[in-house]
Amino acid sequence: MQRFRFREPSIIPGFRVTFGFTIVYLLLIVIIPIIGLFLKTFELDWDGFVSIVTGPRFSAALRLSFGASLLAAAFNVVIGVMIAWVLVRYSFPGKRILDAIVDLPFALPTAVAGIALTALYSPAGWLGGLFAPFGIRIAYTSIGIWIALVFIGLPFVVRTVQPVLQDIDREIEEASATLGATRSQTVVKVILPTLLPSILTGFALAFARAVGEYGSVIFIAGNLPRQTEILPLLIVFRLSEYNYPAAAAIAAVMLTVSFVILLAINLIQAWSQRRFALV
Amino acid sequence: MSDTAFPQAAPRSALRQQSPISEAPYVKWTLIALTVGLLGLFLLVPLLVVFVEAFRLGFGEYLATFRNPDALSSIRLTLLVAALAVPCNLVFGVAAAWAIAKYRFPGRAFLISLIDLPFSVSPVVAGLIYVLILGANSTAGGFLLENFNLRIIFAVPGIVLATIFVTFPFVARELIPLMEEQGTGDEEAALSLGASGWQTFWYVTLPNVKWALLYGVLLCNARAMGEFGAVAVLSGKLRGETVTMPLQVELFYNEYLSVAAFSLASLLAGLALVTLVIKTWLERHFADQLASGGVGH
Repeated sequence: MQRFRFREPSIIPGFRVTFGFTIVYLLLIVIIPIIGLFLKTFELDWDGFVSIVTGPRFSAALRLSFGASLLAAAFNVVIGVMIAWVLVRYSFPGKRILDAIVDLPFALPTAVAGIALTALYSPAGWLGGLFAPFGIRIAYTSIGIWIALVFIGLPFVVRTVQPVLQDIDREIEEASATLGATRSQTVVKVILPTLLPSILTGFALAFARAVGEYGSVIFIAGNLPRQTEILPLLIVFRLSEYNYPAAAAIAAVMLTVSFVILLAINLIQAWSQRRFALV
Repeated sequence: MSDTAFPQAAPRSALRQQSPISEAPYVKWTLIALTVGLLGLFLLVPLLVVFVEAFRLGFGEYLATFRNPDALSSIRLTLLVAALAVPCNLVFGVAAAWAIAKYRFPGRAFLISLIDLPFSVSPVVAGLIYVLILGANSTAGGFLLENFNLRIIFAVPGIVLATIFVTFPFVARELIPLMEEQGTGDEEAALSLGASGWQTFWYVTLPNVKWALLYGVLLCNARAMGEFGAVAVLSGKLRGETVTMPLQVELFYNEYLSVAAFSLASLLAGLALVTLVIKTWLERHFADQLASGGVGH
């Protein structure tokens, strides 16, 4: 008798237990709380929601969070591709240590990074002191926020581009050179297009991380409303005022952005599999 | 092979020509110098600052931090939270990897995306979602408080929950690609030879993935001990009770106790360095037994 099967048959035991446990765990830890957040937003009527997401303090924080994250992720693309290139293609003393240290922002707790960057870039700090005589302030301004976001986003582009670059067949570069391309033409027209999906993925990951980042930014940001206040900090403020619906509304906007970015990453990967499956 | 038969046919010119698939030396060394400079400036200097600031007033002041009762209780709480959150995520990671990698069913890709979700959610939002559904004035939170006298938000259980949320992808995403790659052949052989399901898991699957499991646990633990944003939102910051190490660093720092803040931070930075060393060692020695090309934490 043919019955509907949810999964393909397998002799390996334990599907029900592990699948059930996975689903229950995800429901309890992720799905129900996130649904709860969106339900909380509905406690506001439409006008209330609109007045929060168009208020001057919210729009200033939104512009700052997205603007600084965009600039930081773009900068990370430029230096990330270069760092990946150097780590894959060249050998020089100390390379292995540099390669390992790229992951530091993943391993270093964000609060530690935050106070270290603030100490470094404050007017009395090693690097802040170099700029202070010219009247340039880094800590407690949006430049400081940008630096913190570059710090935490740095590994993403390097670590997405590095394995792809490693796998590129050197023969396609030889072919390009044989056909008369100069080295820079080969790099721009042959290698970069192959790296493009991984660059875009790295960019999206770095951007998503930067938009949500809290720990490393709040120390160096100065946190002045409408000037150096990022979106996650605005949530914390609303929460400390017990204005839960407003906090939920801001969080719902941020979560929606996260979902869109996640979707974009998946689409990039699907596209690159179709486009570059043979590389 | 044929060209080795004529060794005398070596290049006539002593001038070395640049290979057509490499860059000119000045380009190469400029790029290396830029890389070293940028990584030094953006990563190594901030790390160095932590230790310099911690020892600014000498070794005695540094050690004095670790006699501070608040600092000690924050260290204890951080160890407790990691000891609770990491095993939960270890069990989840193994179960999820087993269900997703060893079977084929509709919605697998969606499930994998769902597991990755915490990486793209702001830590502050992660904390907030629990405050909203489990806070004292929510339905579930009020019920637990009244009937079991169990406080979750602004108490230790909330901190553990938030830590579980931000760290649960680490083990699963390390195991899933590896176990998918390994397939089910080994397990099928063990089962056909009469092993029970548990024996198959314990003697066949687990040894196959042990290094990847360690790798996932290592990253999970580093993040669990260092998490700031999610924990900050729902800890309530009751000194000596709900303050973890990163939160205590913030409290010291905001009280202008700079040396104390950096001394405690140096412990976390040390943890990060140990994590990086073990991670690099695992990648170097067991690269073939780890999932290839893992990214993003």
